[in-house]
Amino acid sequence: MLKSVDLSLLPLPAAPLLPLPPGEGRGEGIATRTTLTRPSSKARGLFTALATLLLTTPALANDLGRPATPAEIAAWDIDIRPDGQGLPEGGGTPADGEPIYNDRCASCHGVFGEGEGRWPVLTGGDGTLQDDRPVKTIGSYWPYASTVWDYIHRAMPFGDAQSLSDDEVYALTAYVLYMNDIIDDEDFELTRETFGEIEMPNEGGFIADERPDTMTLAKGEPCMSDCTDGPVKITMRAAVLDVTPQTEATTDEGETVMVAAAAPAFDAGLAEKGKKVFKKCGACHQVGEKAKNRTGPLLNGVIGKEAGAVEKFRYSKAMKKAAAEGLIWNAETLGWYLEAPRTYMKGTKMSFKGLSDEDDRAAVIEYLKQFE
Amino acid sequence: MTDPLSKSGLSRRSLLTTAVAGSAALTVPARANDPAITELQPWMQSLGDGVDARPYGTPSPYEADAVRRDVPWLTADPISSVNFTPLHKLEGIITPNGLCFERHHGGVAEVDPAKHRLMINGLVDKPLVFTMEDLKRFPRENHVYFLECAANSGMEWRGAQLNGCQFTHGMVHCVVYTGVKLKHILEEAGVKTNAKWIMPEGADASAMTRSIPIEKALDDCMVAFAMNGEALRPEQGYPLRIVVPGWEGNMWVKWLRRIEVGDEPWHHREETSKYTDLLASGKARRFTWEMDVKSVITSPSPQAPITHGKGRTVLSGLAWSGRGTIDRVDVSLDGGSNWTTARVDGPSHTKALHRFYHEFDWDGEPLLLQSRAIDSEGWVQPTKNALRDVRGTESIYHNNSIQTWYVQKDGEVENVEVG
Ligand code: HEC
Ligand code: HEC
Repeated sequence: MLKSVDLSLLPLPAAPLLPLPPGEGRGEGIATRTTLTRPSSKARGLFTALATLLLTTPALANDLGRPATPAEIAAWDIDIRPDGQGLPEGGGTPADGEPIYNDRCASCHGVFGEGEGRWPVLTGGDGTLQDDRPVKTIGSYWPYASTVWDYIHRAMPFGDAQSLSDDEVYALTAYVLYMNDIIDDEDFELTRETFGEIEMPNEGGFIADERPDTMTLAKGEPCMSDCTDGPVKITMRAAVLDVTPQTEATTDEGETVMVAAAAPAFDAGLAEKGKKVFKKCGACHQVGEKAKNRTGPLLNGVIGKEAGAVEKFRYSKAMKKAAAEGLIWNAETLGWYLEAPRTYMKGTKMSFKGLSDEDDRAAVIEYLKQFE
Repeated sequence: MTDPLSKSGLSRRSLLTTAVAGSAALTVPARANDPAITELQPWMQSLGDGVDARPYGTPSPYEADAVRRDVPWLTADPISSVNFTPLHKLEGIITPNGLCFERHHGGVAEVDPAKHRLMINGLVDKPLVFTMEDLKRFPRENHVYFLECAANSGMEWRGAQLNGCQFTHGMVHCVVYTGVKLKHILEEAGVKTNAKWIMPEGADASAMTRSIPIEKALDDCMVAFAMNGEALRPEQGYPLRIVVPGWEGNMWVKWLRRIEVGDEPWHHREETSKYTDLLASGKARRFTWEMDVKSVITSPSPQAPITHGKGRTVLSGLAWSGRGTIDRVDVSLDGGSNWTTARVDGPSHTKALHRFYHEFDWDGEPLLLQSRAIDSEGWVQPTKNALRDVRGTESIYHNNSIQTWYVQKDGEVENVEVG
């Protein structure tokens, strides 16, 4: 890049002349300092004159940015407050929410909100906040129902944010509250108007910051010598727990699968690399014995199989069409799909930006070959 | 994550023994000639790469283990997860951009700056939209600030768990930010008199939001587009993030696309379900924004054992406070019985990391190292037990207690607790 540039053609940068606008009380910015101290003595006269001029002139023109249009604000202003500000039209009942939840949320959060594996738990934990192992959930901990609506709408399902309609978000919020025994009637319609009827059990459980609650100099100087009753003893060692990750990438025994049983063309080293690449897929896809459909279909045996063939998974129209046209997933077709999912298959609901690195694609495909 | 040293078959422990043996040799007057001097090394003879070999420079392959690391068991998924700054490998107060810890809730958004906008709406006279270019026409400022995740050291509330300051304290970094005072941007839109809060929002798939009081917004908050002299890294919010000096890292919303001005806080997920501090009483504190005074010895530490044997030893560490500068750091070699004041060295910026050193002669006997920082507001870093006495063990966030490292006779170091 630089090679082709003739240095003599580069324009000299103009000296920065504008000091900060007046009224910049705490401005200890380097900008002020450098602009005011750098000029040579000759330039300084002119510079001071200019600076005084500017300092006595009102602030710089107020012309940065442009007005936001109502439609732009509507597109981005999605936040909901406890007083209901921001809630849209529409509504939904727990009964409406149940099938949507089972379809789009249960794979991670569990059919009862109990959380699959280590995915977040959405229910339970009542009365545990003083326990040794408190369980903080929407039911046991969250102070406001508006937060449930706001969060589901802005961030869930994980990997497909903002894909739910307002009615669906009302229905899901109602269902999650129902699973937490906060709404009893499965036909209760949650709307902007009924939102105020919801009472969250732990709303009163929050207090203000009470610091300083530990030592400050106002309470005295810290001790400098003979501060303990005799020599101190070790009471606990991290090494005993042994949960620190190793510096070296270790193979995690539980998951080293069937390498020996694989076909001769199988490259175990490449597959091992693919296992790392698969971390990018793991939010949506599972493989292995206990694999289930999540945001994406389970991927056991996907190599060599027809596209769109996993039972009970709701594929996009685009995928169904490709399947009807006989698309088979092999190293080549899957490579193309993974490189740029939405370019290769317009309308696919795999909201993944793609793997631009060819080696990563080859590795992850090799990795997938091991799962029957 | 390749370590050229371990590739060559040398474990850290075998290096350690050679190093200790080597230092013993120092005291013997007649020693063999050093082949590093008497033999011609390859780099002395053959030519190296030309200028274009690394258009964007990378560290020496011998530094390949100075990398961020994660703790896989902590989270269900690497997309909403965290990794840690290798504090034990760093010097001074500035964290290199590629080593600043990462915490994402919806992965690293890859934002096209030409399509990035910042919207200001809510209680303002005129809602505005800025392009990146517009933002760069405001007066720019440069400030050094640390950013600490409120959950830094969160795994240590119940007791010593992780062996290494990278894991116990590595959710902190410190860089010089270039950007614009948020105040100027808000003034451009005209903040209404009933405005009490702002809510920054991210453009990523988690659309992160937090409520920030307007006083803070108009005081030292910035909207930054560069760190350490170059554009923000994608994992730090490229092209734009809000800088909230001294306050919880989660509030420094990355990929900043919108700021709403309001008269009430929003009580969103990251300030109710998360980032509230549950006490033993079952009550939880909310809006605990400031990161309190804290310090940690980065060397010696479990990942940076003493390899030179007894004799002159440099103890080095970091101290910081979200309430100001660091006035003093005391260190103890005996688990907190006796303290000496360490030497704070290098620049001292408000709400930035400070580097401290303590040089001593190690007699080769076990040590229990601790450091205790005091900030310019007079807040003193508490012991683990003092903190547990007032907060219990379920707070997750704001663990700023004193760390103990146990140095054994062979120089290996372990994370321990003392009583
Ligand atoms: C692919 C897995 C996945 C799916 C599917 C999913 N979620 Fe989540 N959910 C997550 C993860 C991961 C988090 C935590 C994200 C974070 O902390 O950054 C989360 C967090 C949540 C939370 C906040 C929990 C808390 O205690 O703070 C709620 C509520 C939630 N999800 C509801 C839903 C709903 C409703 C759906 C269906 C529309 C859904 N999720 C689908 C993975 C998933
Ligand atoms: C954000 C969620 C998400 C991520 C991340 C993701 N996928 Fe997908 N994937 C999906 C969805 C949803 C579908 C279904 C697409 C459709 O119906 O159009 C899918 C479909 C597929 C299919 C076709 C399956 C079939 O039964 O025909 C394959 C193969 C696949 N993904 C592989 C991958 C791999 C490999 C990765 C990681 C490199 C990955 N995906 C990352 C969501 C995801």
